[in-house]
Amino acid sequence: MPAANDPIIRVENLTARYGARRIFDRISFEVLRGEVFVILGGSGSGKSTLLKHMIGLYQPAEGHVWIDGEDITRAEGDARRRLLRKIGVMYQSGALFGSMTLLENVRLPLEEFTDLPRPALDAVASSKLRLVQLEGFESFYPAELSGGMKKRAAIARAMALDPEILFLDEPSAGLDPVTSVELDETILALAGTLGVTFVVVTHELASIYKIADRVIMLDQRTRGIAASGPPEVLRDAARDEWVRRFFRREAEPKDAGGRQA
Amino acid sequence: MSASDSARARHPAQLHVERGAGETRIALAGRLDVDAVGAIWTPAVDAARAARGGRLVVAAGGLESLDGAGAALLATLEREAQGAGARVSIEGLRAELAALVAMLRPSPGAAVAPPHEPGFFADLGRATLQVVADLRAQVAFIGELTVFLARTLRRPGTLRWRDAIAIADRAGIGAVPIVVLVGFLLGLILAFQGAIPMQRFGAQIFVADLLGISMLRELGALMAAILLTARSGSAFAAEIGTMKVNEELDALGTMGLEPVRFLVVPRVLAAIAVVPALTMLTNVAAMLGGLVVFVQLGFPPVTYFTRLLEAVTLSDFVSGLVKAGVFGVLVAAIGCLRGMQTGTGAQAVGASTTSAVVSGIVLIAITDGIFAVVYYVLGI
Repeated sequence: MPAANDPIIRVENLTARYGARRIFDRISFEVLRGEVFVILGGSGSGKSTLLKHMIGLYQPAEGHVWIDGEDITRAEGDARRRLLRKIGVMYQSGALFGSMTLLENVRLPLEEFTDLPRPALDAVASSKLRLVQLEGFESFYPAELSGGMKKRAAIARAMALDPEILFLDEPSAGLDPVTSVELDETILALAGTLGVTFVVVTHELASIYKIADRVIMLDQRTRGIAASGPPEVLRDAARDEWVRRFFRREAEPKDAGGRQA
Repeated sequence: MSASDSARARHPAQLHVERGAGETRIALAGRLDVDAVGAIWTPAVDAARAARGGRLVVAAGGLESLDGAGAALLATLEREAQGAGARVSIEGLRAELAALVAMLRPSPGAAVAPPHEPGFFADLGRATLQVVADLRAQVAFIGELTVFLARTLRRPGTLRWRDAIAIADRAGIGAVPIVVLVGFLLGLILAFQGAIPMQRFGAQIFVADLLGISMLRELGALMAAILLTARSGSAFAAEIGTMKVNEELDALGTMGLEPVRFLVVPRVLAAIAVVPALTMLTNVAAMLGGLVVFVQLGFPPVTYFTRLLEAVTLSDFVSGLVKAGVFGVLVAAIGCLRGMQTGTGAQAVGASTTSAVVSGIVLIAITDGIFAVVYYVLGI
């Protein structure tokens, strides 16, 4: 039985290159079981690239990504399939299959990887949709949904096989503030009740303060990690001045930093 | 200012250039906005360049207003004159307008290196690498496709039958009208064109042989495959390309569902089923087209069918269908491959659609040539 707070993901000396350009260089960090872990950075700092390395879509130039002790960057065949079963991914655009209804989208991984009979498939799939408050939308096509609903449906699909880790790529991008807050609440509820580990790429500060247990901040100047820790700690005590400024500036209306000064 | 108000409304900006010893003075007046700036741009910039080595004074005190385009003109005058080695000063510009011009000055070190070094050899090298990479991708793709096709044949339960049947319906049933039309016209035209020279030798009756052999062995499969490329090869590339752009292929990959098994195998199997059927349909339509010409030449229909049955053999028929099946695989596979190779953005989907059709037709032509040689050697 794995203890809580042991690392579920270990990124070791990961380097990514795009042609001759380095995106990030020899970065290492750990994600603990059950936490909401946020990868933060400005546009072009390689957040999404890092995420795609962590889910085994991209081959790193160097380094490893260990998920539960297995290296996803080197895994092939059955080992890779076993690892992929442990993770779910919500892509930035949702990436729902446009030719399938929401129910079919969520049912697809269940069909492919389980032996459940048809009624059970439908029941499990619609329970996942209920989990993200999309009950009643089973027969809708993705094109008939709003941006926030698409992202929630994508989370439902990512959770179809009850993965241990959910990766979310920019969940609040393109959403209005209210919808974005609702999505954050969905994430918190899932993390709290199911004990799923979340890895979230975002630059939405309000959202970070709400959901993140720990944050790493990518630095496009050094191609490394500028800071890591809980967001409140980084705001008040990060070694780097611009990290502190970054955390304070956009959170000004919400946090107490302004009043303390 | 001598111009009347109405004239000023039509020509809001005025330019006056004075050249003195070692000093050029450009006086600007009126409203320097995007509608007006075009009329004075060229003379103003020429005057600024002509200030070479001396001093340029831009007198902007008479300006009533300035928009982005006007500010761009001032910044350009400054840059051009400095480039020609002149000292520049802009005088009389109101502070808020000067701030706008200042924003347009190039900041030092702002130049971004182009993503690729230009040059003939660099381009040639890159193009060569791209051809090699494309070839490698095609070989890898063929390998992956073969593995998954074999696996599907061994365990037909893993095929997504519903997808395959839907695709076969769209690519096959949907193509029937056009295939019948093109086949009928092809038969009609071929018979007619053939009949004219043959009539001089009293050999019109052999129009049936000409049509039967050429359609069954060659043209039926060729037409059906080219129509499939245009209708479905392009559609496969666009569908899969759009999925790529929407990250749906990535989503399949991280679900552990191989895009080749999931998207390509149903399409290729649908094409294998559909192209021979469409080929037969093309052939039948062409025979009917030939019949029209034959009857017009004064023969009874029964003579036509008797000649046809005498002229063509089973091997003509089968060799055409085998070819059609192979064309089907190629067209569907290249359409899917181009879709999966789509870059980012809407333009990339268009490019891969075009590439699917072009590559499809090239592959059909090359393979047809190979078949001709093989059939000849085998004596079929």
